[in-house]
Amino acid sequence: MKSTLLVGALLTAMTATSAFAQAIKLADVAELSGGGATVGTNWKNGIDLAIEDINAKGGVLGRKLEVTHADSQSNPGVARAQVQKALDAEPYVLLGPGYSGSVKVTAPLAAEAGIAQIMGGEAAELTQAGNKFLFRTSFGQQSSMPKVAKYIHDEMKAKTVAVVWVNNDFGRGGRDVVVKELDRLGSKVVADLSTEAGQADFAADVGKIKAANPDAVFVYLNEEESARILKELKRQGVTAPLMGETTLIGQKVIELAGDAANGARGHVGLTTDAPVDLIKQFREKFSKKYNYVPDHNGLKGYLAVYMVKATTEKMGKVDPKKFADTLHGLTIKAADEPGILMDVTFSDTGDIDRQSFLVEVVEGKQVVKQVLPKVK
Amino acid sequence: MSNLFDLLVAGLATGAIYALVAVGFTLLWQTSQTINFAQGEFVMLPAFLMLAAMHAGAPFWLAIILGILLSMILLGLAFKLLLVDPMMRHGVLPLAIATMALAIGLKEAVKQFFSAEASPFPSILPTGDVSILGHAVALQSIGVLVVAIFAVIGLTTLLNRTSLGHQMQAAAQNPTVARIIGVPVERMILLTFLINAFLVALASLLITPIYLAKFSSGEVLGQAAFIAAIVGGFNQVRGAIAGGLLIGVLDNLAAAYVSTQYRAAVPMIFLIAVILFRPQGLLGRAEERTV
Repeated sequence: MKSTLLVGALLTAMTATSAFAQAIKLADVAELSGGGATVGTNWKNGIDLAIEDINAKGGVLGRKLEVTHADSQSNPGVARAQVQKALDAEPYVLLGPGYSGSVKVTAPLAAEAGIAQIMGGEAAELTQAGNKFLFRTSFGQQSSMPKVAKYIHDEMKAKTVAVVWVNNDFGRGGRDVVVKELDRLGSKVVADLSTEAGQADFAADVGKIKAANPDAVFVYLNEEESARILKELKRQGVTAPLMGETTLIGQKVIELAGDAANGARGHVGLTTDAPVDLIKQFREKFSKKYNYVPDHNGLKGYLAVYMVKATTEKMGKVDPKKFADTLHGLTIKAADEPGILMDVTFSDTGDIDRQSFLVEVVEGKQVVKQVLPKVK
Repeated sequence: MSNLFDLLVAGLATGAIYALVAVGFTLLWQTSQTINFAQGEFVMLPAFLMLAAMHAGAPFWLAIILGILLSMILLGLAFKLLLVDPMMRHGVLPLAIATMALAIGLKEAVKQFFSAEASPFPSILPTGDVSILGHAVALQSIGVLVVAIFAVIGLTTLLNRTSLGHQMQAAAQNPTVARIIGVPVERMILLTFLINAFLVALASLLITPIYLAKFSSGEVLGQAAFIAAIVGGFNQVRGAIAGGLLIGVLDNLAAAYVSTQYRAAVPMIFLIAVILFRPQGLLGRAEERTV
């Protein structure tokens, strides 16, 4: 009897150990504090929600997913150190960071280790450096900015435009593409204003916009700064229509800027207000779990995990070395994998093609005005 | 030209808030030789106390009163009794370093209890514009200026026109003699800590709707106010006020006419120039101490 018990106990211990060993380990490095805390917290919560969903349904190829979260403090130097630490633990896939500047300095580390990195950065240059292991969860600026410039020129009929951007990799990348496109279309940039990340006082910048008297203002800042400039634009009575990207009309910006966000428009690759049933279900699940409405970064984090799932299932095995090759050129259909929310195709450079939306803030809510189809 | 007028008004409004914070710097220095490097965080904290009161269900007006009272207890009374008094006997430098530690502690505590994300904060001032000399000026800017000016007038009246103020002056200028003639020096020092706590709570109420409530928002403010106090004259309340307004205007003009990238450098360069050519500050007097 004693020996039976002992064997039983041993078997239980061995099963537990093997289940533990079988878990697929992901590593996340995100902006959990500092200027990008809104970005990183949404991203992290999206990841956790997806993992919970997937594990509840039996995991990936019968194995559970596990993730470790590390804080980059919104600082590229810290991000690099955290990514190095995460890679030392040999994860299956690296998730994050969200800031383009942090992605830029960490991508070579992941590539060297041969680990695929699924990140939230949107700077154009990230996928243009020939990195074979880097994948986006949202549009790069080279895909979204031409759509923005076209909208400013064709729909807003703006002959003169003021461009306000944040002086970092993200802001500079967007500014360069949009200014080039506006110039090509024949809209004149009458004010080209760089601002600093974390800037609190926008009185002088808005004063310059007012003096330039443009037909439209293109605002390309991070979330908190977007909220501050929206308030200042309202305070100084600037009436020119405002156009931006997701960072101008995101949920957090609307919450922070209040009334001042009304009327702002933006091109959005991902929004929880999209007229897509699967996204509506995601929003409901997320809001129920975390008690707030996620922004696009919550969606990005969620999609990153489902990209891992779909790619792994396509391979039929957990193989970190073949992961990147399999994801290149892969089309994942929402009908086959509902967690991917919308049909998506990945290019050979890690860029994505997916439908997108034109959104306006009306009475504190994102309202989708147009759906822009997938390019291919 | 209209741009210059707008910049001046916006700069004066920001400068008025710097002035409130800078006055606190000089008050504490004058009466207790405390250089409070947590002064910026002292501006950040009251907004969170008010937000906490609102989350607990208090209406905005009640949250403001509670926030100011709690600030006076925590940032005035407790700060003096628990940090300044025990550290003071070790000298000015250990105390200054202790306030730096306090700044880090306050930031991390707010980050822990609230979050690292920014939160919106309601404004006590109405939105909209009024026309002054043909220029549309934001009511909020005027409101900030008016409230700050009234606070400063109230403070200078207290210091110069009342018996209490004279006792505070005496306690600052020569504590030993003040004690001999019966001035309750300890109580006067405590009073300046409470006044400082009130001023930072007021500054918090005025600036947070614009800067948003965030654990790190005190960094910029503390630095600007510190520069303002030195530029104006660390030993003069009127110097701190002038310094605050000057730095506010200079910052805005620098952002508009020099470069946004170098805006933070301009007040610093000005600070270096003042230290080199007029170390006592623009309105300060060498070797004199008064409040």
